[in-house]
Amino acid sequence: MRRPSLTMTGLHALLSHWWRNPIQLFTLVVGLSLATALWSGVQAVNAEARASYDAAAATLGEGEFEQITSDSGMILQADYVRLRRSGWLVSPVVEGQLDNARLIGLDPLTAPNGLGPVDMSNGQLTVDMLTSGVFFARQETLDLLGEYDISLVQSPDVAPGVILTDVGTAQRLLEMDGFLSRLIVAPAQPMNQVLFTDVTPKLTLRTPQNGTDVARLTDSFHLNLTAFGLLSFAVGIFIVHGAIGLAFEQRRPVIRTLRALGFPLRRLMALIAVELLALSLIAGAIGVGLGYIIAAALLTDVAATISGLYGASVSSTLQFRPEWWLSSMVIAVAGTGMAAATSLFQLSRMPLLASARPRAWAMQAGRGRMYQAGVAFGLLILAALLGLVGSGLIAGFGMLAALLIGAALALPVVLDRVLAFGTSRAKSVIIEWFWADTRQQLPGLSLALMALLLAMATNVGVSTMVSSFRLTFTGFLDQRLASEFYVYANDADQAAELQIFLTPRVDKVLPIQSVDQDIRGLPSEIYGPTAHATYRDNWLFLQSAPKAWARIESGEGVAINEQLARRGDIAIGDKITIAGKLFDVLGIYGDYGNPIGQVIVTEALFERLFPDSRALQFGLRMDPVDVPALTNELRNSFGLAETNMINQAGIKAFSLNVFERTFNVTGALNILTLAVAGFAILMSLLTLATMRLPQLAPVWAQGLTRARLGRIEIIRAVLLALLTAAFALPLGLALAWTLLAIVNVEAFGWRLPMYLFPMAYLRLAVFAMIAAILAALWPSYKLARTRPADLLKVFSNER
Amino acid sequence: MLLHVSDLIKTYRGPDGAVEILNGISMTMNRGETLALTGESGSGKSTLLHLVGGLDQPDGGCVDIDGVDICALDDASRAAVRRDKVGVIFQQFNLIPSLNVASNITFQARLAGVEDPDWTRNLTTRMGLADHMGKYPEQLSGGQQQRVAIARTLAARPALVLADEPTGNLDEGTADTVLDLMLTLVAETNAALLMVTHSERLAMRMGRRLRLRAGRVA
Ligand SMILES: Nc1ncnc2c1ncn2[C@@H]1O[C@H](COP(=O)(O)OP(=O)(O)OP(=O)(O)O)[C@@H](O)[C@H]1O
Ligand SMILES: [Mg+2]
Repeated sequence: MRRPSLTMTGLHALLSHWWRNPIQLFTLVVGLSLATALWSGVQAVNAEARASYDAAAATLGEGEFEQITSDSGMILQADYVRLRRSGWLVSPVVEGQLDNARLIGLDPLTAPNGLGPVDMSNGQLTVDMLTSGVFFARQETLDLLGEYDISLVQSPDVAPGVILTDVGTAQRLLEMDGFLSRLIVAPAQPMNQVLFTDVTPKLTLRTPQNGTDVARLTDSFHLNLTAFGLLSFAVGIFIVHGAIGLAFEQRRPVIRTLRALGFPLRRLMALIAVELLALSLIAGAIGVGLGYIIAAALLTDVAATISGLYGASVSSTLQFRPEWWLSSMVIAVAGTGMAAATSLFQLSRMPLLASARPRAWAMQAGRGRMYQAGVAFGLLILAALLGLVGSGLIAGFGMLAALLIGAALALPVVLDRVLAFGTSRAKSVIIEWFWADTRQQLPGLSLALMALLLAMATNVGVSTMVSSFRLTFTGFLDQRLASEFYVYANDADQAAELQIFLTPRVDKVLPIQSVDQDIRGLPSEIYGPTAHATYRDNWLFLQSAPKAWARIESGEGVAINEQLARRGDIAIGDKITIAGKLFDVLGIYGDYGNPIGQVIVTEALFERLFPDSRALQFGLRMDPVDVPALTNELRNSFGLAETNMINQAGIKAFSLNVFERTFNVTGALNILTLAVAGFAILMSLLTLATMRLPQLAPVWAQGLTRARLGRIEIIRAVLLALLTAAFALPLGLALAWTLLAIVNVEAFGWRLPMYLFPMAYLRLAVFAMIAAILAALWPSYKLARTRPADLLKVFSNER
Repeated sequence: MLLHVSDLIKTYRGPDGAVEILNGISMTMNRGETLALTGESGSGKSTLLHLVGGLDQPDGGCVDIDGVDICALDDASRAAVRRDKVGVIFQQFNLIPSLNVASNITFQARLAGVEDPDWTRNLTTRMGLADHMGKYPEQLSGGQQQRVAIARTLAARPALVLADEPTGNLDEGTADTVLDLMLTLVAETNAALLMVTHSERLAMRMGRRLRLRAGRVA
């Protein structure tokens, strides 16, 4: 017979604890899995939402670049060669319809960096491209294609319905040999450049489109969602920490016995480390699976919207992206490692006998709490300082981190003071005991409560942020994209023809005249829109002088955008110079997404100031249903390129719809976060329950029924949840404020207004209470059903 | 008659089927009486005490306190009897760890609605606890804790005081002092005292003695 090794014996003893207490093992694994699922779910939704937005906002990101186009829609390849020879850094684009997809040919060697979502400029792919040709597209797009002798590469980052390939292949398939559709102008051009018109007089140079406003706006939204992801990470870490801490706490007796029997400490620690690593891998894998299911369930919504816009060409399935499942596994393992490190350290320092009884969580050393309060206070001061004097994105995120960690650390300290106050004020003996006993539970519950705090603050912060964003965004779209259809003429002659052509076909043609001019040294554009109810009805000012619109319409003054006001330090009533004349600033409006300054004057004033300028853009008020037909007509009669026509109604509807869905998704994630925090409370309560008998038995012996003790347990959970909610509300608002007013301003230069949503907060408090009640239900039931014999054992057992 | 126990039976499930721990115990006590309960370890002394105090349910027979059969009551009413009529002192863990000494002492009296500040002050002074009122149980020695437990029980002036080796953790000298105080105070409040003890010496100081053997009164 072989004798089992020392290690096996130790392992057996450690594992036998789980065998005897399967519920503890279950809660540990579930706690770890949920924390991982939370993080991975948020990551998946974020990554997918971002991919969808990016694809939708800019097919190729080409809106960022200047372009050269021709009235006829075709450019001779010879012209391109001449431009290159004369030193212009331009890159050719060939586009057209292939089967049911949009085929875009690019030149990987000359395309500016960052053009297109696929990096075509490396390795084997380039070689393939230059020899036989490669199609890059989403799988669904590739499925639409007929038979071509071309390699297919599935790339989820390409916009739906689009195929990317090289110029040569595109020319061949579209029968456009010798012709190009347009040229993209690289942002950096050589110094001594010949005039563009000297080389190719018939072509036009076009500035980047305004359409990228929406892309910038969603960028800002993504930044905020990323912050949300970080928060969910913090919640997860707290929960993992709690679960691991409890796993150690529960096994103190086993550990003590093993050590008393002479089991080497180092090997014990190694065994525990290996055991926890295995557990974290299992739980992490379960968590990633759960997160995937959650995200997939939430995402059908988003995917449905995108399909609605692009036809059936969008996948409604979630990509199993390595970046999020890998990061999720890292969270599970690293979180476990971090938590276990503290516990292992304590274990290594623990005197043999002290480990016998589960640590009396009662009345934790006052010194530890003082220290924690000190750190919390320092962090909150740091957050305030960063908010007041810090600048830059790093300072913004630093402030967020300091605020959150500081607040989480402060929570147990604050709760302790509140409960101590309650104890001192209690009139009835049971209430006094209730406060005091709640206070005694605090150290054991504080990790779970911190997780709840962060979950709720995230909830308040993110819902405030998203709702404010949505409100602003809706108003902004109504204001800025008021016309259903926008058309851009290539030159003044075409503009005149277009105006004549369009006037009988739509409800109203609104010429949009603009010139570029520096205001206080800042690059800006001056707009002179036709006075029309559209503007008056839809424009809202962030700040304005009395009767601003009337006075602007009479030509007394102008309105400027927020960016110009901030950067130029211009306030209402200040004067700015336009075309050499001074004007009062009467209104400041939000212009989310626009990178440069903007001034609005009346049409009459504009014509006086810039008599030579002609409107090249037109906003068209019309029935949105007729937009596709008009697009066709314009394409056929004027040869207008796709980029000259913007179906704003479509963009607006799409954006709002995607926004709405995102809003729902964040709502669901909020609930999920809360549920996970609720589970953490349940775990803590269950663990405390076994250690609580000595605290409860005397009260029971003196005449309180078990049923009543059980009910008190629920009330306690509700009280703690409500106190935490009260603490979470200001924290969440501070969070939203930081995101909207600091992080956003630092990142994008405009400040999103913050709105409050009291009903949402109230609902959240109710949810938190429900979560707390659900968490306390089972422990309370168990307590009410405790056998008297178990309570009596307290008094006779050597504990 | 204050306490009337008749034919009390209690069985526990052991590895080889049910084991009868108490096998038809009968006894009575009047107010002002003191009774020592002795017997070997495992003879069922604690079990009997718990049944008398309504802390556990017997499998047969009944316990009658002040004319009320507590075995026929529901959980809540039994808790009320415990609160109003009975005071229990155990060997350890008598006190509520989250409350300080002052609150612990008044706990049961306030629960039963019979708090008497003069009497409480009197008790605490005589128990030598006046200087410890603001402390928490974990900050007291074992003897001090037991004195707090006794003061706590007597502050509510229960008719029946049950004590399970209240001095079992204390040295002889301290045990004597604590018992002296307990006997004096029980006499003053005209309560009945049923005390489990291993010590013949302490048992001799009680009015009556009862010995348990094989689940019966020997
Ligand atoms: N919950 C229980 N389940 C099963 N058996 C029990 C239980 N509680 C007590 N017993 C058994 O009942 C018997 C009597 O126990 P009890 O505690 O009343 O003895 P005791 O006389 O108080 O002993 P001691 O002097 O050691 O305190 C013992 O044999 C014990 O093993
Ligand atoms: Mg006993």
